[in-house]
Amino acid sequence: MENIGKEFPCAQVSSEFWIGVRDSIPLVVGVIPFGITCGIMALAAGLTSGEVLLMSICVFAGASQFIAITMLGAGINGWGLIVVTTLLVNLRHLLMGASLAPYIIRLPVALQALLSFGMVDETYAITIDRIYKKGYSASYQLGANALFYSAWVLSTAVGVLLSGYISDPLAWGLDFAMPAIFLTMLIPRLVSPTAVVVCGVAAMVAIVGMLYLPGQWYIIAACVSAAAVGGLMEKEVKHAN
Amino acid sequence: MRTEIFFIIMGMAAVTFFTRFASAVLFRQTGVPTWFERWMKHVPTGILTALIMPALLLPKGYLDISIHNHYLLAGIVATVAMYRFRNAIVTMSLGLVAMLSLRWLGV
Repeated sequence: MENIGKEFPCAQVSSEFWIGVRDSIPLVVGVIPFGITCGIMALAAGLTSGEVLLMSICVFAGASQFIAITMLGAGINGWGLIVVTTLLVNLRHLLMGASLAPYIIRLPVALQALLSFGMVDETYAITIDRIYKKGYSASYQLGANALFYSAWVLSTAVGVLLSGYISDPLAWGLDFAMPAIFLTMLIPRLVSPTAVVVCGVAAMVAIVGMLYLPGQWYIIAACVSAAAVGGLMEKEVKHAN
Repeated sequence: MRTEIFFIIMGMAAVTFFTRFASAVLFRQTGVPTWFERWMKHVPTGILTALIMPALLLPKGYLDISIHNHYLLAGIVATVAMYRFRNAIVTMSLGLVAMLSLRWLGV
């Protein structure tokens, strides 16, 4: 695994890239309505087409873009407030980055930075699913990132162009593609008692957190409790053996 | 392009990239400690669960466990399909068909 991207022939690296692209197609279907909505919402909130496109190109983060656009639309335009909110909303990426770190830190720094830039919820899920099934591949992750990034920027542009012609693409029901695909990735992982308990704890904490915690803290709360419970249970199992 | 909006976007881009890259930077010198890796092993299950559950149970921001919640019904269809067929494409297709039919039938 250490040599991926170094000693593998180019053809194989490039085919891994395209497999990453191909495997991401179903999930990208679920993201396009959000990109279109982002473009439509931004214009409605008084941003220019150039501003929202620049945001999708540079930030590439769905949830925090929606929040920032909503704040700007409501007349809240303090730099610190919007930037700190973005930081808080995206803190969950620290955990995702930490869980991918064992694979990523072996790569050249520039590639690490490029892969990190493209790590969103969906590309993270695709990458860990691949690790679970076949092991890590940087080219594969890059392929998934490339497709999602292009889709995000292009669908924002489509939203900008269609603004005024269509309303609320999120009402189509395509947003269900996201939880559906995450289910297909989650269920094969639930093979050990530890995994089932981890999933149960995460589910409870996520639901309670969604109801009572601000913003996206429920993801962090669910994830930290899942990691803690899983880590502790594995320690117990080891001692029992 | 308004200057203040430009700087807001650049600030958002910088902190977002920070959250995505910081863990790799932190562990590059030291490597990932074994105990930490053992804990992080469960992060994928935690994140997947945390992304799925609210999308199915609180699609509109409040807890909705009823037959009017299309996301929950389609989620149950997808879960059963995944256990039954063990195939991602079949599961997603059945789930989406369930979702779109519920939406269009206006149940």
